[in-house]
This record gives sequence, C-alpha cells and structure tokens, in this order.
Amino acid sequence: MATEQNIPSAAEWEDIPAEKFQIIGTDDFSGDIIARPKVGYWADAWRRLRENKIALVALFILLLMIVMVIVGPYISGYAFEEIDTEAINQTPNAEHWFGTDSLGRDLFSRVWQAGRVSLAIGVVGAVVASVVGCIYGGIASYFGGIVDDIMMRIVEVLLSIPYLIIVILISVVTDSKSIGTMMLALTLTGWCGIARLVRGQMLQLKSQEYVLAANALGVSPMKIIMRHMIPNTIGIIIVAITFDIPGYIFSEAFLSYIGLGIQPPDTSWGALASAAQQNFMFYPYQLFFPSLMIALTMLSFTLLGDGLRDALDPKLRK
Amino acid sequence: MFKYILKRIGYMLVTLFIIATATFFMMHSIPGDPLGAMANKLPEQAKANYYAKYGLDKPKTEQYAIFMKNLITNGDLGESLKYPGKSITDTLLTNSKVSGAIGGLALAVGLAIGVTLGIVAALNKNKWPDYLVMFIAILGITIPVFVLAALLQYVFTVHWQILPTTGWGKPKNFVLPVVAMCFGTIATYARYLKANMLDVMGQDYILTAEAKGVSRFHIIKDHVLKNAFLPCITILGGQISGIFTGSFVIEKIFGIPGLGFYYISSINDRDYTMIIGTTIFAAALFVVAQLLIDIAYTIFDPRIRIK
Amino acid sequence: MEKENILEVKDLSVSFNTYAGEVKAVRGVSFELKRGETLAFVGESGCGKTVTAKSILRLHKAPFAVIKEGSQIICDGKDVLALNKKELCKFRGDEVSMIFQDPMTSLNPTMTVGKQIMESLRIHKGLNKKEAREEAIKMLKMVNIPSAEKRIDSYPHEMSGGMRQRVMIAMALACSPNILIADEPTTALDVTIQAQIMDLMRELKEKMNTAIILVTHDLGVVANFADRIQVMYAGQVVERGTAREIFYDSKHPYTWALLSSVPKLAKEAKQELYALKGTPPDLILPLNCCPFASRCEYCMPICKERNPFETAITDTHKVSCWLQHPNAPKVKSFYDREVQ
Repeated sequence: MATEQNIPSAAEWEDIPAEKFQIIGTDDFSGDIIARPKVGYWADAWRRLRENKIALVALFILLLMIVMVIVGPYISGYAFEEIDTEAINQTPNAEHWFGTDSLGRDLFSRVWQAGRVSLAIGVVGAVVASVVGCIYGGIASYFGGIVDDIMMRIVEVLLSIPYLIIVILISVVTDSKSIGTMMLALTLTGWCGIARLVRGQMLQLKSQEYVLAANALGVSPMKIIMRHMIPNTIGIIIVAITFDIPGYIFSEAFLSYIGLGIQPPDTSWGALASAAQQNFMFYPYQLFFPSLMIALTMLSFTLLGDGLRDALDPKLRK
Repeated sequence: MFKYILKRIGYMLVTLFIIATATFFMMHSIPGDPLGAMANKLPEQAKANYYAKYGLDKPKTEQYAIFMKNLITNGDLGESLKYPGKSITDTLLTNSKVSGAIGGLALAVGLAIGVTLGIVAALNKNKWPDYLVMFIAILGITIPVFVLAALLQYVFTVHWQILPTTGWGKPKNFVLPVVAMCFGTIATYARYLKANMLDVMGQDYILTAEAKGVSRFHIIKDHVLKNAFLPCITILGGQISGIFTGSFVIEKIFGIPGLGFYYISSINDRDYTMIIGTTIFAAALFVVAQLLIDIAYTIFDPRIRIK
Repeated sequence: MEKENILEVKDLSVSFNTYAGEVKAVRGVSFELKRGETLAFVGESGCGKTVTAKSILRLHKAPFAVIKEGSQIICDGKDVLALNKKELCKFRGDEVSMIFQDPMTSLNPTMTVGKQIMESLRIHKGLNKKEAREEAIKMLKMVNIPSAEKRIDSYPHEMSGGMRQRVMIAMALACSPNILIADEPTTALDVTIQAQIMDLMRELKEKMNTAIILVTHDLGVVANFADRIQVMYAGQVVERGTAREIFYDSKHPYTWALLSSVPKLAKEAKQELYALKGTPPDLILPLNCCPFASRCEYCMPICKERNPFETAITDTHKVSCWLQHPNAPKVKSFYDREVQ
C-alpha cells in the first residue's frame, strides 16, 4: 500500500488551470549549467590552507623568524662578534636582552646571526637536494625499464647507509669547517628520499587513467608532462621540502654540537647550543635561546608541512 | 619468499662492501695523509708492529687488501692509532653492548607508549585526549635531543637531585638516558599510528564489518589494529637510525661508555683507524637491522608473503 | 495469499552536512518490501538509491549524515531508528545484511576469508570455532567456490573478483537474514561474471526465501531478477511498479529515458545511442518543482512550480508525474515509439 498522503484529493487535483499543462520541453538546457563556480586546484588548496589556523600561525612564525634573522643582529646595537670582557655571562637584562656568553658577546645579536646560517643551510640544503632528487627521479621514471632499475638500486643502497654517518664521514674527511663543506655533506645523500618520492609519483601518474585518456586523445607527451604530471608532483615536492628543512637544520645543529660544524667567529644555532652545553648548569639561558629557536623553527616547518600536505592533497578536495 | 630474502641479503652484502671500501679510501685520501703521519709518530716497537700487520708502508691498494682480508676472515677492524694495541673490534663489541641496552630499552618503551598514545588519539579524534597526545608528539619531534637531555639532566639531577648526573653501572643510570632517547620514538609512533588508524577506519572493509553487526570494540581490535600497525614496522628502521644518532649525544651528556661516545671521542681525537672501524661497524649494524625489519614485514603482511 | 511486509519505510529523508551546505540526498522516500520479494532501486549515480539502502542499516555516520525527523523504518515489527547500539549490532548481519560494490576493498586484506565469514556466525549464532568453520565451509560451497575446505584459509588478494563477491554473498547470507541489500554487486565485475553472480543470487534467494533489495543503475541486471522496481531521481521515487509494468508500460519520462539508453542488439546499425541531456539537479537547493523538469521533453509550466503527487495506475504501479493529471496532454512513451 502506497503512502496515503501522496494520492491527491479530488479538489487538489482539479484546481490547477489548464494552461499550466502546455508542453514546453527543454530547449534552454539549463540542466547543463554546472552547479557551482569552478575552483582551480591552487585556489582550492590556498583556501584550504587558510582555513587551517595552526598552519597559518606556523607560517606567521616562520616569516617573523626570517625578518628577525635579517634585522635582528642590527637592532640591539652590539655586533655579534664584539667581545666585551667586562660583561661576560650576564643573564638577560635591559642592555643585553638575551644575556651574554662567556666572551661577553651579546647573545641577542648572536642568536639572530646564527639564525641566518641555520636557516640558510636548512632551506638551501633542502632545495638543492630536492632539485637534484627531482631531476634524478624524473629521469628514472621517464625512461623506465633498466635505466630506472639501475638508478633505483643505487638510491636504495645509498639510502640504506645511515645518513648521519655519511655526514660525519664527509665532514671528517674534508676537515674544513666551512658552510660549503657542510652543505655538501648534508646534501650528498639527502636527495635520495625525494628522488624516490618523485619517481614513485611520476610512475603512478603515468598509469593513471587521465594520462591514458590524454594519450588516447592524442595529446603530445611534452604537454602531458607539463600539464598533468608536473602540477600533481609539485604538491608532493613542496611538502617534502617543507618537511626536509627541519631535518637539515637539525643535522647542522647536531654536527655543530659534536664539534664538526661551524667554527667561530661564524656561528649557528647548533654551535651556540654546543658551546652553551658546558655551562648549562650555571647559565641555562645560554642554551635556552638557541634551542628555543631551533625548536620553534622545526615545529613551524613541521606544522606548515602538515597543513600544506592536507591542503594540496587533491583527494581531500571538497 | 626465499628468493626475496636471498636477494635482500645480497644487497646488504654489496652495501656493506661499498661502505667498507668507501670509508677506507676516504679516510686514506685525506690530504696531508694524517694516518701515515700518526703512524710515523708511534714508538718504535709499536710502529714496527703496525707496519708488519697492516702494511702501513705499502701502497694504498695493498693496505686495502690487507684490511679487507682481516675484516672478512677475522672480523678484525685493526687497532687504534691513538692507543696503540687497542683492538678496535673488541672495543666496539664491548661498547655496543652498552649502547644496545639503552637503545633497545628506549625503542621498546618508545614503541609501547607511542602506539598506545596513537590509539588513544585516533579513537578520541578532535577531543582533548587527541590534542594532548598530538601536543606531546609535537614536542617530541621538535625539541632537539640534546636540549631535552640537558633539560632532564638539569631538572632531575641538579634541581631535584634524585638521579645521578653521569655514570654507568646501576639501574639508576638507565632512567634519564632512556627517557631522553625514547621521546622521539614516542612522538613519531603516536603521530604515525593515529594517522594509520584513521586511514584504516575509513576503509570499505570496516563498513562491511559494521554491516555485519561487529561491535565497535571488536572492529578496532580485530580489523583496525593489525592493519594500522603493520606499516609501523617499516618506519622502525628510521627509528633505529634515530636511536643511533641520539646515542651520540646522550652518551656524551650522561657519560655513558657506549658506541656513540667512542665514535665522538675518536673523531675529536682524530684517531683515524678508530673512525674507520666504528663507521663500518655502526653502518653494518644499521644495515643488518634494516634487513631484519624488512624480513619481519614480509612475514607479517599476508599480501607480500606469497609471491 | 497476501505476503506480509518484512520492511516498511515511510517518508525517509537523509541529509549530509557539507561545508557548502545541507545536501538533501534523500527526500521523503517511502516503500515496502514483502518477505521473499525482490525490489530493485534503479537510477543514475547520485540519485539517492545507495543512501536509502544504507539507511536501512543505519550505516551513515552522524554528525556528517543525518536521518531527518519524521522518517520511519520498520523491519519485522522493529523500529530500526530507535534501536540502541547493542540492538543495532544484533540487527545488522543477522536480520538484514548488505553486500557492497567493490569486493576488493570490502574485504579485510589481512584476514582470511574463512575468518571473516566465521565472524558473523560467532557473533550472531554463538557458534564455537569448530562449528563456525564447518558452517563457513558450507556457505562457501553454497556459493559455488571450488575446494572450499582449502579456500577457507585464503586471503582476499588470492582470489579473483568474482570469487571475492561470492565470498561477500556467503558472508552476508551466513546467518540467514530476512533481507539482503545488494549495492551495485556486479558493477565492478566483468559482464560474464556479472551473469554468474546474478544467477547465484537468484538461486540463493529461492533456496533461502530471502527478500532482496538490489541497488543498481543497470536496467539489464534488473530484468529477470526483480519482482518490483522503483525508479529514483534526485532523492525521490518517480515511478514504481512490478517488473512487467516498468518494462512494458512505464509512464514517467525519466523511466523512458533509462529504458531507451540500454543498448539493444536489435537496433539498426546506424541509430545513435540515446543519451539524456543535462545533469541531475544540485541537491543543496530546495526543489519545489519536479526534480526532472529541467531535463524533461514534456516539461510543462506546472512542472516547474510544484512537485507532482504520486498517482496510482494500478494497485502496484504508481508514478509521480504531472502528465497523469487529467488536464495534461496524452503522450506516448518514446520508448514505445522505438519498439514499434
């Protein structure tokens, strides 16, 4: 038995005027109008990122950091390498906002000066490694077959060696403590992860249906790569770089900490922390500030990376 | 599956060979030949011994051959140049027991706590336990291990004086190092497991189980946990690597005579033979661990098992 | 002899709360199902048939999906929407079962096939391990899986798509439910396997006298299988009737379009395949008109103003269309035109 209320009563049924029943059909095809305005991939990703408050805060912190490392060393009025034996090991006060170290140098300036090195190494290292990794992975996936096999075997072997051991080894061997050498050490195998990622993504894209469709429609391979594969891979690369940067910053800090890194008068956050380690019990603030900066930077990049990954994942598009 | 294991062992051997060779030649090609220089400075008798045993006066390639022969047949990594006569292999074996104890404990504790926290976070998504766990996880990931160790040391040995600052031998000495080391593992596993669990819970087969009338408790226990936990085995390798590097710092701060400690000292002492030996040893440990993990994964995941 | 109703659904409305607004996926759907009867929900993607089917087992997750006030689902006398968690778990799998579209992702990849079937049996029938295993083997044999005693310990990835779907069927029927809901069971399978699966389901429904709700977009699958068909569009039922009535005497323009788009072997070689122009309406916007108005050849001004009532052609054949109004012109089904 059908539901009663849908069977119209005689009165309801009758009171509709006859002209309402002229057939007019559908010649305007309003049915083909797309329901909502088109939103491009990047616009949608940006919108999603904006909604993620945590990622935005992280981004803000990072931008603030960048500004500070650029202007910071000039604000306090003390040069970062200026030694003042009258003022050693002062706790934070009105004159030296972060205090001073064992040679009387103003820590505020030093922390921001160190930041330049740490951030530079982090970002440049990650970007360089990523570029190398991209090219390598792209080539491997483009050629496929035995070229791909060999290239990936090499990557696998390189990846199975503990990263830090390689870094330490290179540092010891070259025995020069310049920033350049350190970068070399850090990036020598750092590109492997991204290479694998990029290659994996490209291979997956190659077999995706829309690439097959484009192929079937006669789109040239170059166009396929440019318009389909690269945009989809860039998202992953950006996220990978964002996650790699804290790794590089940490590796640099670690190296400096064990004594293989930046040497005075140059300094990095890791070097500052290392120097402060000995006096930690007595002057904890000397360790506190550089550590805080490291932690904050790593945290912000990680959170930003999380946010970016969520925003750029096309499957999460609503 | 046997074929797979054999293949992996093959790769491992190749990798180890490359590591040993690369390390050897890199060390021996340092400009200024510090190795030769140090060898020259040894007392007469020791110097004679060294030359005889390791052919330090012979060309590099011959030294390499002798080195590899010693390594493969005796597991002999040579002798320290800084402390003549001290066998590297023996030193390493003794020290790695120490590192292994702390590292293993840290890993186990980290895994247990991390996994538990991850499950709690996933089951209480967007409620306060989730935020708390994620907060802890973030701390664990971003606070550098040396800061954490220093902090713990300060709070518990200076401020509150309930634990010894440095030293080794008693259970008390274990506490702080293990805590400092396991933080990273806890953080990583909590995040990873939460993500995996949420991912699994969104799968179609969970819907099927619900449609069959399986209670939520049983769905988590019988369907979600296993599938969420499996991929965690793969990141175990990364964790082990983290424990390795963490040990360098922790052992130095807490004065623990482990592998990391000696590695750092030999670097600072520029004891090149020691550096070579330790590098190869550490790398080998790591590579073997990686292999074991891969094998474990094939055993546990039925999709890979039968190939 | 009147068979009694095993399921009665009245005025079911289901909405999804998305960031863009409330999507009213199902709007006031009502139907009944008798014991042992087969009812098919037919319609294109997005018409609400799967949402309706899943609602019977309350598989939608609040707060994302909401079954609105005023909806009623009564199964074998029980008010399904009022069941508490424990009762719901007992209800699912035992009185009503469901199988899904993609057997690869619908089975737990790390659990043997046998264990997954045994799970139902142990929960609902209280069997111990040994008994459950024997029963599971029996079920596997019933769905024509060869070497059932060995296969019971296989993993899903070791089986072909057709076999996996059979396992799903075995799992769903293990506790002899009153109703089996099949959501596009053959869509992910080869055409030849499709036929096998439908044959199997026919055989089993006769053996076990299970009522079946078959959700599909493919009218070909429905022929020779369903007793009654209900055609859905944009969250509403637009026409319902016995299989014969729908195939040979349909009254709704949408049904005509569906029937016309099934390719026929007897067609002239050069005839174009019929394709309905346009797309279904946006389900966020309120629809105070016939949902099909914007795509209907026979659209009239009244169609754009009011949702048509349901009129009865026979006891079993009902249609919601303004063409049924006495004032409307008499039109011939264009499907009939073709058949002529």
